[in-house]
Amino acid sequence: MFSGFMVNAWIVATMVAVVAGIIGFFTVLRGSAFVAHAVPQAGFAGAAGASLIGVSTLAGLGTFAAISALSIGFLGKRGRHDAVTALALVFMLGLGALFLSWSEEYASAIYALLFGEVLGVSSNQVLATAALGVVCIAAVVILYRPLLLTSVVPEMAEARGVRTHRMELCFLVVVALVTTMSVPVVGALLMFSLMVGAPGAARSFTDKPLSALSLSVGISVAIVWTAIAASYETDWPVGFFVGVLGAVFFIAGRGWVAWRRSAAGRVDSTGHLATGPMQLATATGMNGEPT
Amino acid sequence: MTDTFRPGVRDEEILSLEGVSLWLSGREILHDVGFSLHAGELTGLIGSNGAGKTTIFRVILGLETPSAGKVLFAGHPRQRRSKSIGYVPQSTGLDADVPLRARDLVALGLDGDRFGIPLPSRSRRQLVDEMLEAVDAQGFADARVGKLSGGELQRTLIAHALIAKPRLLLLDEPLANLDIRSEQEVVGLLAKIAKAHAIAVLISAHEMNPLLPVMDRVVYVASGRAASGPTEEVVREDVLSALYGHHVDVLHVHDRILVVAGKDETHHTELERTHTVVPRGLG
Amino acid sequence: MDAILTSIFEPGFFTSEPVRVAVVVGGAVSLVSAVVGVFTVIRGQSFAGHSLGDLGTTGGAGAFLVGANPLWGFVTFAIIGAGAMELFGARRPRGRDMATGIVLGAGLGIAALFLYLGTTQSNTTGATITILFGSMFVIRASMIPVFALLSVLALAVVALLYRPLLLSAVSQDIASARGVPVRVVGALHLLAMAVAVSLSCVTIGAILSTAVLIGPAAAALRLTKRPGLAIAWAAVIGLAVTWLGILLAYDSYYWPPAGRGWPVSFFVVALILVVYLLADLANGQKARRAGPRAIASDKGPGVVAGRAWPSWPPEPGAE
Repeated sequence: MFSGFMVNAWIVATMVAVVAGIIGFFTVLRGSAFVAHAVPQAGFAGAAGASLIGVSTLAGLGTFAAISALSIGFLGKRGRHDAVTALALVFMLGLGALFLSWSEEYASAIYALLFGEVLGVSSNQVLATAALGVVCIAAVVILYRPLLLTSVVPEMAEARGVRTHRMELCFLVVVALVTTMSVPVVGALLMFSLMVGAPGAARSFTDKPLSALSLSVGISVAIVWTAIAASYETDWPVGFFVGVLGAVFFIAGRGWVAWRRSAAGRVDSTGHLATGPMQLATATGMNGEPT
Repeated sequence: MTDTFRPGVRDEEILSLEGVSLWLSGREILHDVGFSLHAGELTGLIGSNGAGKTTIFRVILGLETPSAGKVLFAGHPRQRRSKSIGYVPQSTGLDADVPLRARDLVALGLDGDRFGIPLPSRSRRQLVDEMLEAVDAQGFADARVGKLSGGELQRTLIAHALIAKPRLLLLDEPLANLDIRSEQEVVGLLAKIAKAHAIAVLISAHEMNPLLPVMDRVVYVASGRAASGPTEEVVREDVLSALYGHHVDVLHVHDRILVVAGKDETHHTELERTHTVVPRGLG
Repeated sequence: MDAILTSIFEPGFFTSEPVRVAVVVGGAVSLVSAVVGVFTVIRGQSFAGHSLGDLGTTGGAGAFLVGANPLWGFVTFAIIGAGAMELFGARRPRGRDMATGIVLGAGLGIAALFLYLGTTQSNTTGATITILFGSMFVIRASMIPVFALLSVLALAVVALLYRPLLLSAVSQDIASARGVPVRVVGALHLLAMAVAVSLSCVTIGAILSTAVLIGPAAAALRLTKRPGLAIAWAAVIGLAVTWLGILLAYDSYYWPPAGRGWPVSFFVVALILVVYLLADLANGQKARRAGPRAIASDKGPGVVAGRAWPSWPPEPGAE
């Protein structure tokens, strides 16, 4: 499984796993899991359209992913919960189905775009994926601190002069790039499981941000490598393994937290006696309005 | 450049608002608000919800531009966004699982707005430890922020704001959801910080009694209008009645003050209503 | 006149058997979804509706694998899902969304597997499309009684529970105090939702079913504040978009580029989006004419994941 065309697949898959693990970490931190659903779905429509007019799938994916990501950015938090957003996203899926219905490869193309495909990775795709991956990682390295700050305490960041809105837009663009890299491999419907499952699990095992980030990448790589290998061996779809493994790791993380909590009583891992629930964040609205 | 940090001089005027009015969506939110804050002093911004406290904060932070009036920071016009003003919001969206320890959150206050990944350095760690000590947080420095109690998180956020060496510290309803003991701890801590670092501290609250022991000055806000000065000069029936536009009673019970709406709501003349009877800048 | 009619209704439209079945079944299903959807949106459970659709994918794929009628797969898994939601509570703290999403992701992965296995087994390639994007034109006439029965069931539940549902949407506590068994009412509503969603999984497809559940409802709530009127509007909108979608799909048979006809579910979803935007516009116009104080708050009707009740009763506060 490591020869010939599979080499490309392994390279692309690894890059996807690393980048998804990193971006996923911030996605979960910012509570933006919704974005991990929305952008791949829009990307699906773009990829379908691209394959129809004979343009590179990645180009179509990227365009629609970027447009949807930026639209979400301009709509703001309000847009997350609006019916328009939900209906627009479903429309994207319908549009993708429409585009694919016009092509010859209707069924198999839909399947591959939605559930992932491990074969057929061209050298061009490797190059493009590598380029996207480098850009994503560079962006995260540069923006690490302000991104962390605006994710965790946005009001205080705003007061300090960090342009939170700009950070949000940059972040969303990076999400669009990650989506473009990953959807061909893991599928539009399963991107969420990778991007949210790995960091969701990682944060259950460690308190430290950099450790959580590294663990997120580690888990993501483990998931993707297993998925590729298993898919190669069984011919079963990559998306299946990604979805199931994502859930397995996430549940393992939850289980670990629950086990530690019951085993340790009211003393947490640092020996600090937990004196009560976190009152500050729950007694007022998310944006600080008094309830 | 005028906002860079200089060692604080006690009693130096850090912030002053003069005649600040603000109109939003056709409504006058603030009317002719004026007060000043000095280094080393702890000032309470007292008023009920909706009176205009948060708006005043936003004006100070430069997030809202006043329709009239001036905001001067250390004598110079307010520049939008500055590291010299520390801000502790009323609540954070931190959920319980965020993988950040208390010390990480404090460290972010140091350079969270700079690009790149922080390289571990001894001086950085030392600064963080100092701050943690200043707010008495060493005990839970390595605990996950989601596991902290209200009071512990409050102190961590204060350390986060403090580590950037601000000249002005704003806290939005820091006591709102704390139990009595934590309330006293935080209030005592803030007073200590104000004096020790020669910072101007402005705390907003809807209930002034917890702050009475340490409050040097009060800015009392009602319906977008404000009266400021030493507590005993502002929290008086005549001043507050003029502020509210109807009669209020100010009752002293042991060492606490109660402001209660009086019986007669409409006992004021047209002249009183239009004439601004608001003593400002008494200190 | 004749020419205009034939250009709108392509020849054979009224005599085609699949069209007739689609009009009857598709119409009924959209009606049910729209009506149940009004309560879903009012109660702020749109995310639950979406989840049930995703679970349906797994069910339908499973049914396909074992050679059963996909409808039973949809229904079974939707009801199981509804039961799970009832057990774990319908409240939505922030972590819950993420956990639900991950579990659904596993479900979708399993669906992918089922579809793959089923496809290789039976050598048919259309299952993915049918399950995900619906199959309104291939419903067998013999299934009509089943659809009718399930539709009536779902409608009966919401008709019976009309007032308790509305009251508990305003406030669980008030409803409990008045003697409403809120838990039971909530569970029954989830059940009705499960049935409605599984029906629309057949016609519109599992991953598009959310559109017919919340779309007409959200649009209706933009147009009126009164629940009874909203239900009527939603029903009308649901029927209209479905029938128009069927018509367009039929007419599109000869449209470029493929000569195969455009998918009917695409039309339905597109029309729902358009209608919602129009309703939103109309709402904006109405409010502008009424004066600045009447402008709908930002969190106006059509809120999917949070409280959606427009101005009656007053906003209970963000979730």
